[in-house]
Amino acid sequence: MSSLLDIESLTRHNIEAILARSAQFQPSPGGTFPRLDALRGRTVVNLFFESSTRTRISFEIATKRMGADSVSITAAGSSVAKGESLMDTLNTLSAMRPDAIVMRHSASGAPHFLSRYLPIPIVNAGDGTHEHPTQALLDALTILDRFGRLEGLRVAIIGDILHSRVARSNVHLLSKFGATVVLCGPAPLVPAEMAQIAPGVEIANAIEAAIRDADVIMMLRVQLERLHEPPVSANEYFRFFGLRPEHIELAKPHVIVMHPGPMNRGREISSEVADSQRSAILNQVENGVAVRMAVLERVFSQ
Amino acid sequence: MSRLVVRNGRIIDPAHNLDRICDLAIEDGIIAAIGNDLASNASEEFDASGAIVSPGFIDMHVHLREPGFEHSETIETGSRAAAAGGFTSVCCMPNTLPINDSATVTSYIVDRARRSAVVNVFPIGAITKGSTGEELSAIASMKEAGIVAISDDGRPVMNARLVRRAMEFARSLDLPLIQHCEDVDLSAGGDMHEGLESIRLGLRGISSCSEDVMVARDIILAEVTGARYHVAHISSRRSIELVGDAKERGSNVTAEATPHHFSLADADMLPYDSAYKMKPPLREHRDVESVRNGVADGTIDAIATDHAPHPGDEKMQEFERCPFGIIGLETALALSLEQLYHAGRVNLAHLVRLFTSNPARILSLNRGTLQVGAPGDVTIFGLDHEWVYEAEKSASKSRNTPFSGRLFRGGPLATVVAGRIVWQFNR
Repeated sequence: MSSLLDIESLTRHNIEAILARSAQFQPSPGGTFPRLDALRGRTVVNLFFESSTRTRISFEIATKRMGADSVSITAAGSSVAKGESLMDTLNTLSAMRPDAIVMRHSASGAPHFLSRYLPIPIVNAGDGTHEHPTQALLDALTILDRFGRLEGLRVAIIGDILHSRVARSNVHLLSKFGATVVLCGPAPLVPAEMAQIAPGVEIANAIEAAIRDADVIMMLRVQLERLHEPPVSANEYFRFFGLRPEHIELAKPHVIVMHPGPMNRGREISSEVADSQRSAILNQVENGVAVRMAVLERVFSQ
Repeated sequence: MSRLVVRNGRIIDPAHNLDRICDLAIEDGIIAAIGNDLASNASEEFDASGAIVSPGFIDMHVHLREPGFEHSETIETGSRAAAAGGFTSVCCMPNTLPINDSATVTSYIVDRARRSAVVNVFPIGAITKGSTGEELSAIASMKEAGIVAISDDGRPVMNARLVRRAMEFARSLDLPLIQHCEDVDLSAGGDMHEGLESIRLGLRGISSCSEDVMVARDIILAEVTGARYHVAHISSRRSIELVGDAKERGSNVTAEATPHHFSLADADMLPYDSAYKMKPPLREHRDVESVRNGVADGTIDAIATDHAPHPGDEKMQEFERCPFGIIGLETALALSLEQLYHAGRVNLAHLVRLFTSNPARILSLNRGTLQVGAPGDVTIFGLDHEWVYEAEKSASKSRNTPFSGRLFRGGPLATVVAGRIVWQFNR
């Protein structure tokens, strides 16, 4: 059994295997996800120390579709709110012998820290400003659905790169497959070091430069909860880094627009774009379940 | 009369250009004689054949946690860890509870040390009341009670006007002002060095510039006031350049470096392992190289540990919640031998100076030499014996160190305080 902590430590081969399996779990048009018995008798604990709607529900549905039982715990109202340490919480849960823990936490590296001390596999459902591996996997599956490949594509990621775990996971994944990633956002939120964390990463100052000839545009949410000092006003942000219909003209004709959600309409993306034919946002959500089914299967298969 | 004779060691006393193999006698706590075949009517003898016999090491930067945080360390346990590291004197920072900002607290520490410590303990007083950076503390009274320097270590004084006033007092009282250099607006919220590694790990950064701007500001203020100014745990390339420039101008500026800052870089840390979390943070390879060079070329005057004990439960948390600091007394000499002496960067006399006469000079302590009549503090160490550091067996109450399990070549063999052997290496 093996944990899934981040994309950075996976090989291209590992990722290809997960994506290939995910494709088999995708529902037929108008259909639903397959209902499998593969993980019958297993118990998965969804431990969400940070609020989340889509990721938590997506994992719950994936768990049930794989035939496993799932228990979801959110930090509010749990022993965490009573001052228990993360280590004690996890030790307590471990004593109840779940088979895997899916964990979302506001501290970067929290699942890495725990996995050094706990014998139970951990699936990282987002750790602080570090990684969100299943998001990058579902994004890759969504891009593959449209283009059939990742290699050679130009992917613009726009927004608060510094605080984005989605950006880090996507940068690592896309880089391993030979895509070009262009990062763009307000300067204090796009550190120059991001261009060095993986090969094939560029930084653009203006959204127009980032989007020009892009195959994929990924918009990131402005993470107000992580901004200790908002670098620009909401108005200024939308004016210079918000995605509007006129930007789409600059990209390749077949461009798709993605967003990990939840969206702030009128802040980082205009409604016209979010609801347009170019938008793959709901495909992303759908693929989230398929990818998480494959990830859970992988956890128990090794 | 008590008498200890240390036989056949290689006696190195850089303060007097002494380097010879012979005997050393201590009588009633005072160095009595250095020479060949000293009289054997000794009450105690120590065979130092093959070992180095040095003036007692002085660590000018430790946290003993007493009063207030005795679950992390006490003056007694900290002093035992010091002895196990070859240190005969330590200077304890004022961030206890209460803060050492008055003669009362200073006297309490001096008294507790007299009763429970196995090495000499010299308190450092707070620059400001409660180390809040708002109002100067009772510096003159604390000096009467026994402080050897002033510092708000860990809570750098951001108000430049206050630093200037403190320096004026410090100069008039002949005390050095020691600054933990960190502009807390620039470093706010940071958990590790700001750079490629912090970006990769998604951790908030502590930039080198947060250290550099305060070093630059303080050097200017030291030059204006004429105070003796000492930079604690210097870690960045630019800060070392600033200190080097100030020294060239003849300013009264000194600096210390910790063994971890010349041994480890940010890229060496085990991801999210709090045993690598301290302030200043482990910086980049080029900074580590600058610290090594600064120690070798004399820009950096002293090696100090910044021994900072924290109990295990406080370090077993999410990285961003863990407190800063690592213990360092027991590994300081071995890391220095590894990184500086065995690596060919400094010779033995220089290495000994960094632990003895230099800190003694900075703090105006009548120590750091083996001259006849000096206090009988001696550190005996080996250059080549192999040993493994096991934090679980530490004399400290805490185990927060990244060096547990490390194989070392050379280290302390015995520690003598006022003519009494307070610690011996147990093979």
